[in-house]
Amino acid sequence: MEPKKIYGILSEKFGGKIKQFVENTLPPSVLVETDAIADVCRFLKEGDGLDFTSLMCLSGVDLKEQGRMAVVYHLHSMKQKHKITIKVELDRNNPHVQTVEQVWPGANWYEREAYDLLGIVFDGHSDLRRILLPEDWEGHPLRKDYVYPKRYHTWDV
Amino acid sequence: MTELINRILSGMSPTMPLTRLLITILIMVVSAAIVLAVSLLYEGFATYAERKVAGDIQARIGPNRVGPYGLLQFVADGVKLLLKEDIIPFYADRWLFIIAPYIVFTVSFAAFVPLSYSDHVSIANLNVGVLYMIAISSVVSMAILMGAWGSNNKWSLFGGMRAVAQIVSYEIPIVLSLLAAIIIPASLSMRDIIAYQSGGLGIFRWLVFNNPFTLIAFFVYFIAAIAEVNRTPFDIPEAESEIVAGYHTEYTGMRFAFFFMAEYGDMFVVSAIAATLFLGGWQIPFIGGIPMPVWLREVLQVGVFFTKVFLLIYVMMWIRWTLPRLRVDQLMELCWKYLTPIALFNLIGASVWVLLLHDRGVYDIIARVFTR
Amino acid sequence: MTNADEKFMQVNMGPQHPSTHGVLRLLVTTDGEVLSGVKPYIGYLHRALEKIAERVTYPQFSPFTDRLDYLASMNCNLAYAMTVEKLLNIEVPRRAQILRVIMAELNRISSHLIAFGSFSSDMGAFTPFLFGIREREFINDLFEIACGARLTYNYIRIGGVSKDIPGGFIEKTREFLDYFPAKIKEYNELLSYNAIFIKRLANIAVISPDDAFDYGITGPNLRASGIKWDLRREEPYLIYNELDFDIPVGKGEMGKTGDAWDRYMMRIYEMEQSAKIVRQCLDLLAPGDYTAKVSKVLKPPAGEVYVRAENPRGELGFYLISDGSTKPYRLKIRAPSFANLSIIPKLARGVMIADLVAIIGSLDIILPEIDR
Repeated sequence: MEPKKIYGILSEKFGGKIKQFVENTLPPSVLVETDAIADVCRFLKEGDGLDFTSLMCLSGVDLKEQGRMAVVYHLHSMKQKHKITIKVELDRNNPHVQTVEQVWPGANWYEREAYDLLGIVFDGHSDLRRILLPEDWEGHPLRKDYVYPKRYHTWDV
Repeated sequence: MTELINRILSGMSPTMPLTRLLITILIMVVSAAIVLAVSLLYEGFATYAERKVAGDIQARIGPNRVGPYGLLQFVADGVKLLLKEDIIPFYADRWLFIIAPYIVFTVSFAAFVPLSYSDHVSIANLNVGVLYMIAISSVVSMAILMGAWGSNNKWSLFGGMRAVAQIVSYEIPIVLSLLAAIIIPASLSMRDIIAYQSGGLGIFRWLVFNNPFTLIAFFVYFIAAIAEVNRTPFDIPEAESEIVAGYHTEYTGMRFAFFFMAEYGDMFVVSAIAATLFLGGWQIPFIGGIPMPVWLREVLQVGVFFTKVFLLIYVMMWIRWTLPRLRVDQLMELCWKYLTPIALFNLIGASVWVLLLHDRGVYDIIARVFTR
Repeated sequence: MTNADEKFMQVNMGPQHPSTHGVLRLLVTTDGEVLSGVKPYIGYLHRALEKIAERVTYPQFSPFTDRLDYLASMNCNLAYAMTVEKLLNIEVPRRAQILRVIMAELNRISSHLIAFGSFSSDMGAFTPFLFGIREREFINDLFEIACGARLTYNYIRIGGVSKDIPGGFIEKTREFLDYFPAKIKEYNELLSYNAIFIKRLANIAVISPDDAFDYGITGPNLRASGIKWDLRREEPYLIYNELDFDIPVGKGEMGKTGDAWDRYMMRIYEMEQSAKIVRQCLDLLAPGDYTAKVSKVLKPPAGEVYVRAENPRGELGFYLISDGSTKPYRLKIRAPSFANLSIIPKLARGVMIADLVAIIGSLDIILPEIDR
């Protein structure tokens, strides 16, 4: 199915919650209202003819200039063989978004990673801990304004 | 050896009890030293052989740097292990931790005692030789558990538990299959059992060919014996990829070397039992009936005995470097569901055979048919 | 501690453990030999590659991709190069494309050889590991001829490859292709169809197609679950659409579809197919440019792409956002092993410790890629 058509189905179902369709990204992306993301994802997975079986990738992006953060979901359907990108934009000072762990269990670790490296909080996540960095690490390194620490415990960095 | 002592003492006056005692002790110490030296040398060369065999099977060369063909590799290994720091973990149960390797080593060394290496060469011709071997080799499981528990390491504990479960379970098929052989010569003495297997060109009266049941018993024994000495595919007590190094995870230097040497000592012992009970021990095949000087006969007999043992050890090494490892429950399944019932029914079959035909084996029957 | 907790023992498997394939740490809760839960901890190898990417230029990041999956550096280079090329709209010359396919497939073979070897040593059979290494050495020699390096190649660059292959490479590669099929047969005889090996792996840790989708499992692990999905066929890149090769899928030959044995066997089948691809590519190879004209300073237009490629361990994806400068604004690496590992807590419930080792080995994870 063409991404444009998927966008059409989504707008029909969710109306104003679907904000924008951006064609020049690869794969084309749909910008979704933050509070609707879990419902949209569930619909994408279970909806007729959509069948987005798997979450290829979930990334957090720090958009410092706009004062926002983005969470990008790259979805893919092995049954229908189509792809789409879903995006949500969050408030940079207090980034909160619903988890999609219940939709694709594999999102668990991706969300933990986004939390770890960017500080995005996924509401409803079952086990939101740091994953790559030590549990007592301070700050979120992938933020653009991250200050590099001089020391970690007894080591000079 | 008791005969040697008796012979020397018989030439002396019975009025010197202290001297007699001293001489007895002296002979005992000397023979123990000889056995220790020989067994250490054997263990050294067995590790070398293991590495060469492994190298051969794995398409590489193996040790070839120390000495000609790398033959002195085991000396280098020994020196390395001696020089290593002796670490005793802080939370270890020091007493158990320290004593365990010595018990393991002593036990494997003690099992060399009742073996009969030739007509006249043996440390002690015990009339309960086989029983003694079985009894003494099961002490190993206790020592391993001591070391494992004393290390205060969870992987060690896993290894110790596995070792005990495995060794205790596999004792049963071992004993049952040995019984199937022992009932024919009706003796527990190693020398008597070997002496019984004389004749038949030195091959055909081996107990393994005596009747179909002893043949089965031999294979059951050999499989169970590999498990008894914890070698692949039954090496779960020290399964490197699962529980790091099992019961000897925390051991370093010479303490580790004791465990290591004990393993090779055990390999020798179980192979020697197989050779004694099933493969005719030191009976010289084909040319045994030709008259020859006593010294030559003795040398040949020792040579034949060691050749048989080393062939069995080679098979163990070959298996080790070829097969993957069984899982714990599959190991127990093999013991309790297959080997033990087979050994048990086999023992019944062997008993019926002995009951009907007395000690006549297949060879005796064929020979009688032809001579008639 | 409550009574219920006392029944269980918690053990740390890793970060130093022989079979966690690097520095993975699994907090294992066991009831004797049976696991009641596994909690993976990763990040011991975290080098902040995604942060580094934001501070270096596009070509400068290419060597870092070598360090993602160091056993399949060529494939990682390829995926990264394709991502940047997509952003820059570079058309890669045909000769470079063919060379890329040759390198990627040879690297797939060498990566699968390590997977095969390390898995066999996890299962307690050490010999196949060295056999795998032996053949990998041949491929390493080929790569050394082509690019001078034996581990981190960085041969595939943005726009093409770093330099043309020297004379002798093609002959040497053909020699390898003639030599290799017999070796695969040897692997199958030695390990794949070994009764113990099958007993250890059949019906262990079955991944159903739905689970595979849910956890984003890709590559051989997905195909073992019976799903015919291979990016080389479904979304052909380079010249894969011209090539004739099969996509092996798990059929549950020894048990249920998607068990550990199926996952292991996928790698053996894929090596055969990769060899077939390389042979075809050698025939297609015609003179031409080995790289497109690429300016020294790369300044892609602002935009974002998500490009993925079929790596030996699954789909490697790069999500690249450009803001029009010489450095990436954001580079997210979607590592196949990261997703493949995340299913472990689900698989390792109620299995035995030895099975956990089989699960890790059959998923064929590699830690530098997971931790980035």
